[in-house]
Amino acid sequence: MENTTNELKTEKKSLGIKDKVMDVFSRYSMVIILIVLLIAFQVMTGGIFWRPLNITNLVLQNSHILILAAGMLLVVLLGHVDLSVGSVMAFVGAVAGLMMVNNKMNPWVTVAVCLVLGAVIGAWQGFWVAYVGIPAFIVTLAGLLMFRGLTQVVLGGQSLAPFPTVFQKISTGYLPDFVGGEHIHYLTMLLGAILAVVLIIGQWRTRQHHKENLFEVESMFAFTLKAVFTALVIIGVTYIFAAYSGYPIILVNLGVIVAAYGFLTNKTVAGRQIYATGGNRKAAELSGIKTKKITFWVFVNMGAMAALAGLVLAARLNAATPQAGTSLELDAMAAVYFGGASTSGGIGTILGAIVGGLVMGVLNNGMSIMGVGVDWQQAIKGLILLLAVVLDVYNKKKKIA
Amino acid sequence: MADYILEMKNIIKEFSGVRALDNVNLQIERGEIHGLCGENGAGKSTLMNVLSGLYPYGTYDGDIIYNGDTCQFKNLRDSEDKGIVIIHQELALSPYLSVKENIFLGNEQAKHGVIDWDITEKKTVNLLKTVGLHVSPNTLVSQIGVGQQQLVEIAKAFSRSVKLLILDEPTAALNEEESANLLDLIREFKKQGITSIIISHKLNEIVNVADRITIIRDGRTIETLNQGEISEDRIIRGMVGRELTNRFPDHHPNIGEIHFEVKDWVVHHPIDSSKVVDQIDEMNIRKGEIVGIAGLMGAGRTEFAMSVFGHSYGSNISGHVYKDGQEISVKDVATAIDNGLAYVSEDRKAVGLNLLMDIRENTSIASLNKISHHGIIDKDEEIRSAEKFRDKMSTKASSINQNVGSLSGGNQQKVVLSKWLMTEPDILFLDEPTRGIDVGAKYEIYTLIEEMAASGKSICIISSELPEIIGMCDRIYTMNNGRFTGEVLRKDATQERLMSLMTMEGKRVLA
Repeated sequence: MENTTNELKTEKKSLGIKDKVMDVFSRYSMVIILIVLLIAFQVMTGGIFWRPLNITNLVLQNSHILILAAGMLLVVLLGHVDLSVGSVMAFVGAVAGLMMVNNKMNPWVTVAVCLVLGAVIGAWQGFWVAYVGIPAFIVTLAGLLMFRGLTQVVLGGQSLAPFPTVFQKISTGYLPDFVGGEHIHYLTMLLGAILAVVLIIGQWRTRQHHKENLFEVESMFAFTLKAVFTALVIIGVTYIFAAYSGYPIILVNLGVIVAAYGFLTNKTVAGRQIYATGGNRKAAELSGIKTKKITFWVFVNMGAMAALAGLVLAARLNAATPQAGTSLELDAMAAVYFGGASTSGGIGTILGAIVGGLVMGVLNNGMSIMGVGVDWQQAIKGLILLLAVVLDVYNKKKKIA
Repeated sequence: MADYILEMKNIIKEFSGVRALDNVNLQIERGEIHGLCGENGAGKSTLMNVLSGLYPYGTYDGDIIYNGDTCQFKNLRDSEDKGIVIIHQELALSPYLSVKENIFLGNEQAKHGVIDWDITEKKTVNLLKTVGLHVSPNTLVSQIGVGQQQLVEIAKAFSRSVKLLILDEPTAALNEEESANLLDLIREFKKQGITSIIISHKLNEIVNVADRITIIRDGRTIETLNQGEISEDRIIRGMVGRELTNRFPDHHPNIGEIHFEVKDWVVHHPIDSSKVVDQIDEMNIRKGEIVGIAGLMGAGRTEFAMSVFGHSYGSNISGHVYKDGQEISVKDVATAIDNGLAYVSEDRKAVGLNLLMDIRENTSIASLNKISHHGIIDKDEEIRSAEKFRDKMSTKASSINQNVGSLSGGNQQKVVLSKWLMTEPDILFLDEPTRGIDVGAKYEIYTLIEEMAASGKSICIISSELPEIIGMCDRIYTMNNGRFTGEVLRKDATQERLMSLMTMEGKRVLA
């Protein structure tokens, strides 16, 4: 034991340039894979990939998976899985169709009712997992069958369409441009610049604050590097969106969700208790954490997020279909594991999950542009998923050994 | 010249630049029982892993000479084929396989891939007789106790015709009686010509059983003691490199009013709710007092403490808990913590710590409400608290951001104590507070406990080590079969007296 401690210390001391590069690589391996993919596809698609239209489409097509991945992260942090989310998406979409298409109900009322419905479904599954102790795999496998079946019952095997325009805007709308630029969406550019500045100032203030309190801080060089990188990425991506139609509304929503989950997992008691429960349930219980309650609410949250993803998907397809969301639960879980989460719980971050989701989305999109058939796309995706996680595990092992 | 079965010469083993073993020499005479002593991290286990081939030939420098031949073990199998078997602290048995299946695991009595169960069973019966274990070969390993599992491991070693048996902390999880049996067994093996190496922190056992003792400190061989030179003090001096005149800190009790009381406490088994596990009529701790609960394993000590700590164990719990004369609720852990209780568990890795988290997060996990506003954690406050307790406990770590999984046992225990002190408890239950911790760190933990008592907290120590109980406690309850069998004051406490009360049936006797 003490040997390991000593090793860690000496290792830290003797960090050369090469070690530093390796350290960055192992810590940000998924981000690096994403960047490599982004560059590779740009080359392989002859420049089509990074066109504003395509990047915008990339976001629109993957937003529902990213929403699912955010909810799924918490479930995975507890060491559970939720197999039912794809079916719950379809079921909620069907109910939305029933309310808005058949009964002409107000879209906002419908959205509210659907989110509550999702939460109730989550509560139903959370009850069995948390308080009765049935493994989540079984409870949600049952959910997968039940809610797919109920979707068919609600829709009667038919698709329901079309949805009101307001509702469709959730997935296909863009921010309005008050200034009225011709080739460039000014409001978007402005928002992007504000976002970059706010993020960097925030980071700076945290750093100063930590310094004042004599906490450890990263070197000025590392900080500047990070700040410049952040600014470039945000402004660059914003420019690409602005060159098409501006920020999609769904991207703004996603941003809010990511920020909220980042806050929840990093700064709140509830977030810490989720990590503690997933890392060692018994120890968490003996520390006074109500692990059953935590588990229950994480499933309620997952239900609501699945409902939101279902609405987003329905709005984009402009239809409630019986097969909507099939096997998306696997995509969501893949995104989370891809992003460095542990299958046994306790490890994982929201940024990791989002990057994981983006890697999947980029793979789909890039290969489609290249004209790779769906058959090969699946095979390649599977292989890359395995390799990426192997690389991640390998890096972590090397760090420990 | 003596007849050595094993000589390890100038062994050097490095881990990424750090020398774990630095020119270690070990000589084992044929047919002896050899003790290997050293603090945690001194290099004992590393040395044994080199010997067994877990660290294969080529990853270390130096020579292993076994039975006169220089050996180059590439894996465990190589060393086992030569009759060298290590039994690790963490037993490597498969819980849902039977005793006989476990004994012949990896060594199945098979012809053409088909197992001959008759031969397996016959051999198992013989092996079990050798090690003195009276269970059916078909019992599942999960159904027998840790002590018996240890014997199964030894039987397994015998099935491979062991010549050199290495036991790493063999009695760590055993109670006194089981330990004594095991040590007798090792003496018995000696008569049959088997050489043993025992690694243990329980110095009294080593002193009793070993013919010679080698002491390792900081990856170096310090000395080898022969029969006449062996004593506990001598070993401790070698292990810590200085005279440890007193194994326990000075005791200056400042005992006040009755602070904490449990009355008519009855706990039932969590699954079989008709079976009474604990029945305690009265138990109390005064302010600033250290009270011990002495009992053999299975006496119901841990169960009692956990049931009081927020009903974390048992079902159908009834009885009353008082603090300063007022009845308090302990219906769940959060309430118990709010009412000033803390429980440091006996198994810090399994239930005391979250090994995925760092020192900071482990320290704050039971007091998040103290450092948060409206559910948002004040991270500055959290860092400050973690730093404060790291200083107070002098926890050795590179920073509070170090994962607790990479800390030594003693430092992990300090993190657990930090976590509970941060909740500002009035009453602390410490269950086996120094299990698996080396001598130097033990003394530090004892000092911390004395400080807690001196600051007016009420402490209850549960321990299987009688010297620890006698050295630390003002008053001792003895326990057997879920009941208190006696109450002994510090001045009257002797190992013999406690042991006789601990093994006594029936109601409590006042001493």
